Amino acid sequence: MPPVLVELLQFLFSGLASGAIYALVALGFALIYNASHIINFAQGEFVMLGGMVTWVLLSQGIDLPLAILGAVAVTMVAGLALEKLAIERARDANVVTLIIITVGAGIFLRGLTSVTLGKDLHALPAFSGNAPIDIAGATLMPQSLWILGVTAAIVVALHVFFHYTVVGKAILAASHNPLAARLVGINVNVVLLLSFGLSALLGAVAGILIAPITATHFEVGIMLGLKGFAAAILGGLGSGPGAIVGGLLLGVIESLGAGYISSDYKDAIAFVVILGVLFLMPRGLFGKRGTERV
Amino acid sequence: MVKRLSHALMVAGVVGAAVGLAASADAQEDPIRVGSFLAVTGPASFLGDPELKTLEMYIDRINGAGGLLGRPLELIHYDTGADANTARTFVKRLLDEDEVDVILGGSATGTTMAVIPLVERAEIPFVSFSGGVVVIDPVKPWVFKTPHTDRMACGKIFEDLQKRGLTKVGLISGTGGFGKSMHEQCVDVAPDYAIEIVADETYAPSDTDMVAQLTKIKNTEGLQAVVNPGFGQGPAIVTKNFTQLGFDVPLYESHGVASKKYIELAGEAAEGVRLPASALLVAERLPLDDPQRPVVVGYKTTYEAVHGPGSVSTFGGHAYDGLMMYKAAVEAAGTTEPAAVRDALESLSGFMGTAGRVTMSADDHMGLDLTAFRMLEIRDGDWVLVE
Repeated sequence: MPPVLVELLQFLFSGLASGAIYALVALGFALIYNASHIINFAQGEFVMLGGMVTWVLLSQGIDLPLAILGAVAVTMVAGLALEKLAIERARDANVVTLIIITVGAGIFLRGLTSVTLGKDLHALPAFSGNAPIDIAGATLMPQSLWILGVTAAIVVALHVFFHYTVVGKAILAASHNPLAARLVGINVNVVLLLSFGLSALLGAVAGILIAPITATHFEVGIMLGLKGFAAAILGGLGSGPGAIVGGLLLGVIESLGAGYISSDYKDAIAFVVILGVLFLMPRGLFGKRGTERV
Repeated sequence: MVKRLSHALMVAGVVGAAVGLAASADAQEDPIRVGSFLAVTGPASFLGDPELKTLEMYIDRINGAGGLLGRPLELIHYDTGADANTARTFVKRLLDEDEVDVILGGSATGTTMAVIPLVERAEIPFVSFSGGVVVIDPVKPWVFKTPHTDRMACGKIFEDLQKRGLTKVGLISGTGGFGKSMHEQCVDVAPDYAIEIVADETYAPSDTDMVAQLTKIKNTEGLQAVVNPGFGQGPAIVTKNFTQLGFDVPLYESHGVASKKYIELAGEAAEGVRLPASALLVAERLPLDDPQRPVVVGYKTTYEAVHGPGSVSTFGGHAYDGLMMYKAAVEAAGTTEPAAVRDALESLSGFMGTAGRVTMSADDHMGLDLTAFRMLEIRDGDWVLVE
């Protein structure tokens, strides 16, 4: 293959792997937004908790698969607790207040982690070694394949969950029309609780998948949360396919921007593209067209 | 008239008594007041914490051994939390209320720069533990510093490249404070070593992937080495990506990641990476006839005896150097009178500290040369001295 194409392939590999992580975080935003119109700014902290708790369990001598399950469980408990103890109690407050509560919860989780687990960086072992895989001259780490594979599996699982299970359909119904959902006997509070639990799960998985590549520490969620949010906006807030496409697109734009234009403006290039898209399509690529109810 | 005279006599008597008292106290054990302001908490606590521990530990030891010029040292310390405004307030207090004889401290360049005008006005010797070259360039009469600078780290790397006959270098720098400053210094100092910078890329400190930048560097015509000025997790990711892409040139990291943490984070990918670091890091591995060996081994064992194995850091070493330089200067001057101590600090020659051999002069208030750094290579997950 000509060197130019190898270079392009390398940029795409690198962009897709980062993008898959952004997509998982963006999906977390979408789930909670759908169920409640809350933008959960503690989503990045779920990512952080996933990585940090896995590290703690590993350092206690627990095997990697068990440590991962444990970390996902702990993060889900954190997500459920956030809904139960903070969001549900302020149920009657307006959405902006609830969003501010999630900002506070994020700061709280960061502080709690830094006090209990320390401020150090920690590396997780790669799931299946560090030998790069050569594909047509471009290289890919086995961990990147894990990221892409697990993200794809989660997307399929979520699709099945929302379209073929009663609970999933109930969540969808509640997100489309909470009042009508309540009338047919769906407990909207439980739906909200479930969506926080699911979002925490997605965040934790993203955090665990990326930790072997980037290392993890108590502030790792800030930037990943922000990138995930940008991806969710790009794809259209509340849209599942939008979150995935938005995440992958953001990763690829960043990588191509750094590779072909300038690494100094890597983030700026990504944000300019997002602004451009929003200018032409204010609801994002896959956003629902808003309808005013009278 | 008589009344007025008696009044005057009385005043004279009181003043005389006071002067006498002060003089006698001075002769016995009026302590030498050492002022300090460090970032013991907050984002730079990894600097301030070992610095304060070192000062406390060694001041106790000096006092235990009979003090300085027969007088005990008294440490007056305030925690700045790495905030420049707080630092200014506390240094004002040190100068005006505590009336210290010397100021040792300033963990970061920001807090140091904020207090320099106060110290200069008060004319009190000030030894800073901060890294930035701006602290001593241009030279300020009362300000000295102990740590090496970014510029010297670049110099050391380029010197090593020169020895290996490599001249075409690709830079990949973090955009955080450390990476940015070192990047500037590297670009500035490169011509002195006939180094040509053929690629110049950056990454943000929280980036998770640097493959795109490194791919660009790898495809640069004639590339012979890659240098990565950066701090935190960035360099570990760069190192992993570097190995992933299968570069066939050497990778140099900076003194910013000279810790076991970096080897832990980068794992196998760190094999063969070179970096300049303080001698303290490889204290026991220095040759027995190395003149710096007794100092660094002594400091390391003393510190780790109190604070646990593996706890020693170069930052605490900067505080050790500052305190010992002040001690040497006071002993040379035979007084704690500020102007005399300042002159003695400036004429310090051949002083051996944890950062290297220090020879001050009127236009160099740091006094370190490139021998302050040792070139290390990572082999089998551990440091090996290159020289």
